[in-house]
Amino acid sequence: MSSIPNDLKYTKDHEWVRVDGEVAVEGITDYAQTELSDVVYVELPKVGTKVKMNQKCGTIEAVKAVVDLFAAVSGEIHEVNESLSSAPETVNADPYGEGWMLSIKMDDESEVGKLMSAEDYGKKLKEAGH
Amino acid sequence: MQANWPPHALGKEPEMSRKTALYQRHLSSGGKMVEFAGFEMPISYGKGVMSEAKRVRSSVGLFDVSHMGEIEVKGTDALRFVNRIITNDANLLKEFQVQYTCMCYPDGGIVDDLLVYRLPDKHLLVVNASNTLKDYEWIQDNRIDFDGSVLIKNTSSDVSQLAVQGPASQSVVEKLADFDLNEVAYYWSRYGRVAGKEVLLSRTGYTGEDGFEIYCNPEDAVHLWDEILEAGAEHQIEPVGLGARDLLRLEMGYCLYGNDIDETTTPLEAGLAWVTKLSKDEFVGRDALAKQKEEGVRRLLAGFELSGRSIGRYGYPILVQGRSVGFVTSGNFSPNIEKTVGLGYVDVKCRKTGTEIEIEARGRRIQGVLAGTPFVKGTSLRR
Repeated sequence: MSSIPNDLKYTKDHEWVRVDGEVAVEGITDYAQTELSDVVYVELPKVGTKVKMNQKCGTIEAVKAVVDLFAAVSGEIHEVNESLSSAPETVNADPYGEGWMLSIKMDDESEVGKLMSAEDYGKKLKEAGH
Repeated sequence: MQANWPPHALGKEPEMSRKTALYQRHLSSGGKMVEFAGFEMPISYGKGVMSEAKRVRSSVGLFDVSHMGEIEVKGTDALRFVNRIITNDANLLKEFQVQYTCMCYPDGGIVDDLLVYRLPDKHLLVVNASNTLKDYEWIQDNRIDFDGSVLIKNTSSDVSQLAVQGPASQSVVEKLADFDLNEVAYYWSRYGRVAGKEVLLSRTGYTGEDGFEIYCNPEDAVHLWDEILEAGAEHQIEPVGLGARDLLRLEMGYCLYGNDIDETTTPLEAGLAWVTKLSKDEFVGRDALAKQKEEGVRRLLAGFELSGRSIGRYGYPILVQGRSVGFVTSGNFSPNIEKTVGLGYVDVKCRKTGTEIEIEARGRRIQGVLAGTPFVKGTSLRR
């Protein structure tokens, strides 16, 4: 059973979001890191890049598969987690903490309302047989 | 996110996943279970694929490989029959000796790669889990026209198999064996007792390290598993899953059926000419292979190393000077040499080690170079 913290929001692409004032911090969920197996490389966008909700903004290269990272909300890339380039395995070890990937200065904070709650995300995983 | 591990073992008819005798042990060791070739198998345990792959090369790991298939060939003409369906020369085998070989279709395409054991009372074929039924049917089909006495049995469900691999393997298993392991040379086997249980043991493996493959009664598997883990505790032995197994074989440049070899590739193209004895008696596929040898192969399996950490995956085009010359068949990050490596078919004209290549990966190009295998050097393999 994967961990789904209650205080976070979730996307259909298995990303989580933590709202911190005007900024949305994003990473991938415990389910996602388990499915991918060991992460070997995370390609992140440059700080300042403008992104739209659900737009591809990065790549996660893992032993099992390579997947796209999507922006959970629209805005401007505020910060990226530089430590992942030397320690990509942090994504597996601590997906909700030290394994955070990027943060976005939101254009429209109401977009967060479109994301799934922990309960809805949990339901979605159950329905898919996970 | 698609579960794609590895491509060829999935996508088959949905069926009840079988469990090996070690299923509960995998669960209690924190195994992440996936469906592989119809079996529930551990992809990895708590510490992950990379850590497990490093453990095997630094000391020792324990694998459950019970999902592999075992097919027995018995009878007065067993040797002749086996030699008819494999590419290697079974006549070279002394009693208890083991050889690696392919089985081919009449057109030279590969049915499977496998081990053949010559045992006192039978020939034992150990085949890939994903091919067991196919191989058994293929072997039975070939018996129809065979003029001789031979009995073929698929004993896979009556056999469990454990593999102990790594430089400390012998130190671990010799604590439990009632015979001298120094008497078992590389690619040789023997019957004996390990942890008090009757087994067939061979000094073989899929990792490129010293190690043993141990075939036992399924009822004895858990006991052997527990005893091996206990005996190996001083060497930090850990259970190792299929994910690390795939990384380890890739680091050696060993083929994986479904990726590097399949029914569309011949042993000559795959770098397996060394197990293809064209001068022996007639075997299935010989004419096609002899013809290909005469005309010259058009493509060859090659190893490559890439810059950076983007992985070249199955099907990605391989380019030389901007032109597509082949495609990737296997690729991943090697934790033991900390490089991204892989295998793929390239036009025979470009096959030279050191040739600069590009891999086309999801619209981008990764730089790389053709390299010799194994990628990891100085392993504990005992030749």
